[in-house]
Parts: sequence; C-alpha cells; structure tokens
Amino acid sequence: MAYSDKVIDHYENPRNVGSMDKDEENVGTGMVGAPACGDVMRLQIKVTDDGVIEDAKFKTYGCGSAIASSSLLTEWVKGKTLDEAAAIKNTAIAEELELPPVKIHCSVLAEDAIKAAIDDYKSKK
Amino acid sequence: MKTPIYFDYSATTPVDERVAKKMCDCLTIDGNFGNPASSSHEFGWKAEEAVEEARKQVADLINANPKEIIFTSGATESDNLAIKGVAHFYKKKGKHIVTAKTEHKAVLDTCRQLEREGFEVTYLDPEPNGLIDLDKFKDALRDDTILVSIMHVNNEIGVIQDIQAIGEITRERKILFHVDAAQSAGKVPIDMDELKVDLMSFSAHKIYGPKGIGALYVGRKPRVRLEAQMHGGGHERGMRSGTLATHQIVGMGEAFRLAKEEMAADNERIRMLRDRLLKGLSDIEETYINGDLEQRVPHNLNISFNFVEGESLIMALKELAVSSGSACTSASLEPSYVLRALGRNDELAHSSIRFSLGRFTTEEEIDFAIEKIHDNIGKLRELSPLWEMFKEGIDLNTIEWNAH
Repeated sequence: MAYSDKVIDHYENPRNVGSMDKDEENVGTGMVGAPACGDVMRLQIKVTDDGVIEDAKFKTYGCGSAIASSSLLTEWVKGKTLDEAAAIKNTAIAEELELPPVKIHCSVLAEDAIKAAIDDYKSKK
Repeated sequence: MKTPIYFDYSATTPVDERVAKKMCDCLTIDGNFGNPASSSHEFGWKAEEAVEEARKQVADLINANPKEIIFTSGATESDNLAIKGVAHFYKKKGKHIVTAKTEHKAVLDTCRQLEREGFEVTYLDPEPNGLIDLDKFKDALRDDTILVSIMHVNNEIGVIQDIQAIGEITRERKILFHVDAAQSAGKVPIDMDELKVDLMSFSAHKIYGPKGIGALYVGRKPRVRLEAQMHGGGHERGMRSGTLATHQIVGMGEAFRLAKEEMAADNERIRMLRDRLLKGLSDIEETYINGDLEQRVPHNLNISFNFVEGESLIMALKELAVSSGSACTSASLEPSYVLRALGRNDELAHSSIRFSLGRFTTEEEIDFAIEKIHDNIGKLRELSPLWEMFKEGIDLNTIEWNAH
C-alpha cells in the first residue's frame, strides 16, 4: 500500500509524542481502540482555566495511518478551545492525510480520541 | 548491498538465471516454440520432448514416476483439481473431508465451495505449535471420509506436518490423502515411495521457477481417479486440458532439477542465516516465535514483537521486504487466521512479522536487518501506549477496551 507523503512525514517525525499525568486536574485523557483490533490511541490535553488547550500529547499503537492521524490531531488541537477541538471531524483528518478508504477508521479513532479526552477533562470539573 | 532487501521468499522467489535461460530457449522462432501436442511435425516432437524431460525432472525431486505428474497453472489450481476432482469422483462413496484451519486459502476456500455443494468438512485445530495432533486427527475421521488434505509446510509459520504418519493412517483406512507441498518442495526431502500420499500439489515460483506453472502428483499405486475441472483437448491424460506451456514447464523442470542438486547445501546455509537472525533478535524483550522452532523449515522465521503493530513495523522497516500477519496490510480487518488458529491472541497476531529467507540471502543482509529491527522496535515502543502500560506493570487484559 502506498502512503501519502503527509502520512510518511508524521510517521517518521511524529509530533507531540509523550505522556502527561492523567491525575492532574487540568489534564484530559482519551484512550480509544483495542489491542485486538490492531490500534490503540491515547490522546492527552492540558487545558487552561479559560478552556483553551495549551498542550497535547499522544501515544499510538497502530498502523502508520493511525500514528499519523493522532500526530496531526495533536498539532490541530493546540491553541483551540474545547468546543473548537470537539468540532474537528474525522473527514478533515482523512482529507489532510489523503487516507485511502481502508484507513478511514484511523481518522475516526482520532476523532473519538479527542472527544474522549475532552469528556475526561470535563468530568473532572 | 542493494535495498530494499528481499525477505519474502515464501511469497515468491526470483527466477534463477539458469532457469530463465532455459525458458528463453522455448519462445521464439529460433527456439523450441512448438505445440507439444502437434504430433505431425518436428516442432511438436521437440516441444513434447522438452515437456517430458521437465516432467521427469519434477518427478525426480520427489522420487515419483513421471506419469504421475500433471502440469497445472500453479499450486492453487492443483489444490482445486485434487480436492474437487476427488470429491466429485468419489461422492457416491462418501461426502466427508478433513483438513486443518491453518491450510492455505486455496484449500480452505475449495472446501468451503464443496460445503455449498453438500459435502461436509472438518477443519482441525492445530496445537499451539502449529502441528496437527495425530490422535485428534484420527478422531476426526469418519466412515464416510473420502479425502484428507493437510499441507506439508505452512506458508506463514513454516512448520512441517508429519505427513508420513498421517499417510499411514489414511492409507490403512482407504481414505485418499492430498498434501499441499507448495512450500516444502525443494526445502524438505520428499520421497513418494516412502510417503503414503495420493495427491500432492506443487508450485514452481516458490523454488526459483516461473509463476503461472505448477503440478499435481496423482498416484498410480493405488490408482487415484479425478474428475477433471478443465475440459478441452484431453491433455494430461484427460485430467487437465489446455495447451502445455512449454517454456513454463521447462522452467519448472529446471528449477526442480536445481532444487534436487542444491537443496542440502542451500538448507545448511539458510539455517545458519536464520539462526544468526534469531540470535540477533533474541535480546529484544517480549518477542514470541510463532510455530514450532524444531519441526520447521529453516527458511521461515515468524516473530511477534509484542506492543508493536505489524504494519507500522513494516513501514519502519522500509528497507526490508517482509510480510505481516496483521490485518492492516490487507483490506480485511481480521488478523492472520493462521496465528489465530494457533491460539495466539489478536494482539500478538497483529504484531507478527514473517521473514522468509532464500537462495540469495546473504549474511550482510541479515546483519543489516538485525540492526534496523533493533532501532525501529525501540522507536515504535516509545510511541506505544501499550508498551508504556506494560512497563508500568499494568495487565492489559484487565482493561476494558472499547473495541470498534
């Protein structure tokens, strides 16, 4: 399968890889997917008091497209409000990375991950 | 050293130069281009002679009679002809077939088709090491079992089934025994005088011959009858019509001749390389060899690197041409059915890589591969949330995943 240059770039130079302390009050963690399905994505966001995402980190077990989708997402959500981040659609990720049809589920997973991270953050408030 | 390096010899092999040369001699106006069925002139006689010489070369590798070799388009067609041919011919005798869950799709899908036609098929579960348990096998046989189809060497994990022992059981019960030997010919000695095998499928392109040609061994003692699947000019004793592809057949013959001559030396060298690869990877934590390591051809090493997904590893190892048991490499979302049949969990099946070595693999290539794998496993595990959790001592089985 041929990958787009953007997928390869994110895969070879993933942005914002890492972990945050999930117990901190201003950190939201979203972990989606399952090892049995071949992909697990963990996205973490650090949110300011006025509801802006100041930092984002990810770790992903999955194919190159899954890694690229989560890497791209961390770039996109930084500086956005929670509402803006929650409005990111998987189709935008798929389009930006030129994902083939069999890899669309990777972008869906990324959308699920940010939503889960936001929910986790809100549940702490 | 040229990259990418080919480590996918179980998928196909390059045609040996000596084979290609022979094939080229059977194509043009100055060559042996005639139709082997043209019995009225020298062009036909010469082509027929070349085909019969190749038939003998194929038979020689497995110590069979050339009359027992039927040329086909490849192992898939041979599997189809053997299984459907026997089922259709002997359907009045019985309607039960026994095979295994780790067989090639050419066998499994053929059996599925026969099920749709009213046959009953038992798909045996292998043991965790990939081998068939003979007692469980015996228990699966019924009075109306007409055919058993078990592969010799598995394409994904390289394990060698005990076809000698299986043949003793089937022959005693007068059940026909078909063996898919696409992955074993030229790698494991095969002696049809010793083995009680009735039908055996072969492919040329797995042993440095061309694609598009294979053969089916159809035993004569005891005689095996088949219903043809391809009808036409009555070639190959009526079992497989269609003009014989002289250049392909000659290529297959030469490839089998070379295999017979060089198998022992090739195997020894390849085993040394495989052991070198295995040793080089042995210090990586959380790796699992899939399939029995002893009852196995040296050409195959199938390893799961836990917490690293197979496709991303393949992408990282772009200088190495390997294949993965992960679903992501294909359109389906299911991981390797072979690894699952061994009882490997889905995570390990998704994390598997198959290295297959061959005649042209070098020590330098192995060392390069070891280095690349070390670098990239480390990198991908740093990226893996599962690895982090494992390192923190979290049991991944206790987590409730939201499977999608």
